[in-house]
Amino acid sequence: MAAPIRHKYSEQVIHGVLFLCGALSILTTLGIVAVLLVETFAFFREVSVIDFLTDTQWTPLFADKHFGILPLISGTVLTAGIAIVVALPIGLVSALYLSEYASGRLRSVIKPVLEILAGIPTVVYGYFALLFITPLLQQVIPTLSGFNALAPGIVIGVMIIPMVSSLSEDAMFAVPQSLREGAYALGSSKLQVALKVVVPAALSGIAASILLGISRAIGETMILAIAAGQQPRLTLNPLVPIETMTAYIVQVSLGDTPTGTLEYRTIFAVGMMLFLSTLMLNMISMWLRQRYQEREA
Amino acid sequence: MRLEAGALSRMLLRRQVAEVGFRAVAVAALLVALGSLVALLLDAFVDGAGRLSWQFLTSFPSRHPEQAGILAALVGSVALILLTAVFALPIGVGAAVYLEEYEGRTWWARVIEVNIANLAGVPSIVYGLLGLELFVRALHLERSLLAGALTMALLVLPIIIIASREALRTVPNSIREASCALGATQWQTIWHQVLPMAFPGILTGSILAFSRAIGEAAPLITIGALTYVAFLPDGLLSPFTALPIQIFNWVSRPQPGFHVNAAAAIIVLLVVLLLLNAAAVYLRHRYQRRVQL
Repeated sequence: MAAPIRHKYSEQVIHGVLFLCGALSILTTLGIVAVLLVETFAFFREVSVIDFLTDTQWTPLFADKHFGILPLISGTVLTAGIAIVVALPIGLVSALYLSEYASGRLRSVIKPVLEILAGIPTVVYGYFALLFITPLLQQVIPTLSGFNALAPGIVIGVMIIPMVSSLSEDAMFAVPQSLREGAYALGSSKLQVALKVVVPAALSGIAASILLGISRAIGETMILAIAAGQQPRLTLNPLVPIETMTAYIVQVSLGDTPTGTLEYRTIFAVGMMLFLSTLMLNMISMWLRQRYQEREA
Repeated sequence: MRLEAGALSRMLLRRQVAEVGFRAVAVAALLVALGSLVALLLDAFVDGAGRLSWQFLTSFPSRHPEQAGILAALVGSVALILLTAVFALPIGVGAAVYLEEYEGRTWWARVIEVNIANLAGVPSIVYGLLGLELFVRALHLERSLLAGALTMALLVLPIIIIASREALRTVPNSIREASCALGATQWQTIWHQVLPMAFPGILTGSILAFSRAIGEAAPLITIGALTYVAFLPDGLLSPFTALPIQIFNWVSRPQPGFHVNAAAAIIVLLVVLLLLNAAAVYLRHRYQRRVQL
């Protein structure tokens, strides 16, 4: 009877090891939160939270130091806003077309091709934004500076099109066929069915895809580090250089800021802000997605 | 309901115009998306193809753009991704097996699941901050290949877990039941039956996860990977650079000569990604056939 007992023990050991693998994800989350909290608290011992949230200048690396995160937030909101203005109409219209109009064969070709957009490294997009889109835009807008919010915003928009379209299409595809048939029976045209039945029924999924797209745009780093300039300024003018939260972290990481200084801690305070905003958007997005998936089941 | 013949035909005409209009708008939207892709690829290719040469692939970076090459970055990227796979693959598959095969619908499995979904949405640069504090500072790994690979492993872990779970779910339950009925333990069933069947799916998902990691620059810059490296990594604790960092470095310089180098390096990076993706497709086909036999 030795074998079954040995099996029993080894099974328990394996179970334990696999449990640790699963628990590692929890530890990663705890690690992120702990790291951000510890350094952020150290930061706020020297800088007041009020200054951080209301000062309109961000100059931690200058002699005259100001720690107002508003310029970084305005840069982030501006580029993410431009991105979503690009991705939303294109993503939604293509989702609606692929879900309601396109044949199965066409869909099976276009979807993977669209997904290539999401798989291209972001430094490549950065190159594209700085050396292709910006010069192109300068032909139309002569006042556009070499570094600006507009070009990287547009390029991030192109990058998140597949996320918006793929998630929205899933939601549209999940709308029960009976709803469409009911609308057709009442004499609706195809477009009326698409816009007045499918879109409203898939609204929670569509909203989820938009929030996820915004979250990705907020967290995007390299495109902005390359093409947006590194000048934190409180503006919503897309034609001038700006700096985002993510690009600031890159800027400090590239310099030789000594660890443990106040300047060093700023990247964790900014990272905390970034983490909290994307976490919130992701959670709402997940919750919305679950709603339509439950209804479907 | 009474409707004049004229009014009806006008309404039908309006509908037809709207239908044609929507199709046109939709095709235009798709063309913008696909056109951007084509423009991006063409732009890099036109700018960089002339710079590609054996000398470019086998030289170290230099202050003179025409002498500079990507050897250190290419070797660094390959070493980094192999090392990342060594850490992330067993742990990711282990976590997926735990969630799919051991935990059913318990609250604990649900907590891990939601957590993994959230981790998949955390911006990559935040992983860089974690790696900086945990691996570089707390564990004193400095700006090493090992610190980079561990950071990347944490970054791709959620994607590998999600892909592996999907692959495990495609294995029919009858296989598990048959194996258990013959007296195999749960682990024996998983190791000899379930994992081999799920293997193509796991591999495909994992290769796609690593191809994402190979393009990542932000977390590596945050942990302090160097932007100018004129030597090859000679061990786990060696400083290193990677292709995306080299590209970033060259794009950020004002001289056009370096921009050409960046474009050429982009072509190399895209070719590496293409090869990885082709490998994923090939492996999936090859092993699927074998499992079905």
